[in-house]
Amino acid sequence: MAKRIDVSGLTAYYGSHKAIEDISMTVEPRSVTAFIGPSGCGKSTFLRTLNRMHEVTPGGRVEGKVLLDDEDLYGNGVDPVSVRREVGMVFQRPNPFPTMSIFDNVAAGLRLNGNYRKSELNDIVEKSLKGANLWNEVKDRLNKPGSGLSGGQQQRLCIARAIAVEPKVLLMDEPCSALDPISTLAIEDLIGELKERFTIVIVTHNMQQAARVSDRTAFFNLAAVGQPGRLIEIDDTERIFSNPSVQATEDYISGRFG
Amino acid sequence: MSTAAVTDKRRSSLRSASLPKWSPWAIAAGSIVVAVGIGEGAGLTSHIQWGLIAALLFVLGTYVIASAVEGRRQAKDRIATSLVWVAFLLAVVPLVSLVWTTVKRGVKVLDPYFLTHSMGVVADSEPGGGIYHAIIGSLEQVGLATLIGAPIGVLTAVYLVEYGRGGLARAVTFFVDVMTGIPSIVAGLFILSLMLMADMQPFGFAGSLALAILMMPVVVRSTEEMLKLVPNELREASLALGVPKWRTILKVVLPTSIGGITTGIMLAIARIAGETAPVLLLVWGNSFINNNPFSGAQQSLPLYIYQQYSQSSGSTAAFDRAWAASLTLIAFVMILNLAARGIARWKAPKTGR
Repeated sequence: MAKRIDVSGLTAYYGSHKAIEDISMTVEPRSVTAFIGPSGCGKSTFLRTLNRMHEVTPGGRVEGKVLLDDEDLYGNGVDPVSVRREVGMVFQRPNPFPTMSIFDNVAAGLRLNGNYRKSELNDIVEKSLKGANLWNEVKDRLNKPGSGLSGGQQQRLCIARAIAVEPKVLLMDEPCSALDPISTLAIEDLIGELKERFTIVIVTHNMQQAARVSDRTAFFNLAAVGQPGRLIEIDDTERIFSNPSVQATEDYISGRFG
Repeated sequence: MSTAAVTDKRRSSLRSASLPKWSPWAIAAGSIVVAVGIGEGAGLTSHIQWGLIAALLFVLGTYVIASAVEGRRQAKDRIATSLVWVAFLLAVVPLVSLVWTTVKRGVKVLDPYFLTHSMGVVADSEPGGGIYHAIIGSLEQVGLATLIGAPIGVLTAVYLVEYGRGGLARAVTFFVDVMTGIPSIVAGLFILSLMLMADMQPFGFAGSLALAILMMPVVVRSTEEMLKLVPNELREASLALGVPKWRTILKVVLPTSIGGITTGIMLAIARIAGETAPVLLLVWGNSFINNNPFSGAQQSLPLYIYQQYSQSSGSTAAFDRAWAASLTLIAFVMILNLAARGIARWKAPKTGR
């Protein structure tokens, strides 16, 4: 059950520093939306506001609205913990729990949340690992530590861990930037499969990757260093990469930026 | 002309004269011989002086020889290396000597009888008797102190690292720093004053309270460092799965650092196990076996050693017992340290390779 995200007038701060300003966009369900833009323009910050991970950083706060199928994530009485169960996240660097086995890593979300039935656990772990295209590589060593896997496998393990709790939306913060091209390809294929079931938002520095995997692309930019980042435009990926409506987007994509 | 011929003619810029591998040993042997010669010749009676002269000669000799043969940069490298070695030896020699003396003198009366009997009917000047009552007392007092000090210490550290922001956290950090510097006798006096106000007689648990005060800041400090080592990515990974913060700490942060935390607690226990002053004030000492830490005076190992030494008017039997008790105490602390290392290794995050 993928869900739609509607963002309107979102501004995020780190202490007194305004990181992103007045961002509004719609993320369609069962599609891949890519965020591109130069470093420091607030792509990751914006991504982290979508599951309330931004406020985990000391001094982080947010103004504006993020609607997840008409429910405001920042409304009164909304529990950030429940938000994060609906909106999962995969990080830039693979971060499996070092004390846990491969099986326990995938089961971690369910176990730590405490809402699962013992009999289901094996099935869910197997399903999630298959979903992350990792099952065949690890099925014989589920009890080995997750940190013994290669970087690409660890990242797929983290994806399996994220989808095991059945989120509605999956946020990916540069999931391939620490991986080699073959592992990257594996993850990109996986993203293509996952979008049948989830709404996917991916931050990437690799424009070919954005062109390959995404349906829609959003371009972020900042006016100058120290200024807040802004959304320049969001459109169908094809249009952004062939005929963007803003000159800055074309400059960035064609490498004439700055 | 081939390149080999060229390099043969010129002096290589990559190679230079260097001392052979055995040269440090030779210089060390040489400086020891010279130091012995100087010591004998000048009639120095103390072997410590001989050793210091040898160390000085070794450092100087290394520098002079290396700078003559190899040049100044290599000589500096060698002088740094030799200083490290000398410092290492200066640290290790007293330690080895201490352990050696304690073992040599301690094994005389250390036998199962000694470990299983008290001093109940034995006068301090007579042979016989044992330390069973002191072992019981030490275990109970240190155990109770750990039960109080370790949880409070770990929870304080969790607060400081995971939750603490602003004034309160700074205040807690400051008071932990102050507590680290509290002399053990002051902790003892503090509890004693409470005891006097409540008009109580000495008992083991009062000693535990003072020991817990001494233990807490050590546990807080070491646990804090261990928690800071846990990568933030793991916390975020767990939070992003929709795990509440307290469960993240309990199931991800603490298990990841449990090895280091355990080591810290063990070292804190080792520290308080040797405390005499608060025990002297609050537990008083007792020649008889008292299994109840909540009522009546008890014995403890460090206090037993002190009393055997000071209250026996120079009796050899008492001195032997003091040494044997010292050996037991060292062994107790060492077993704790080994256990800590074992737990740290067992619980350390696995690499899986």
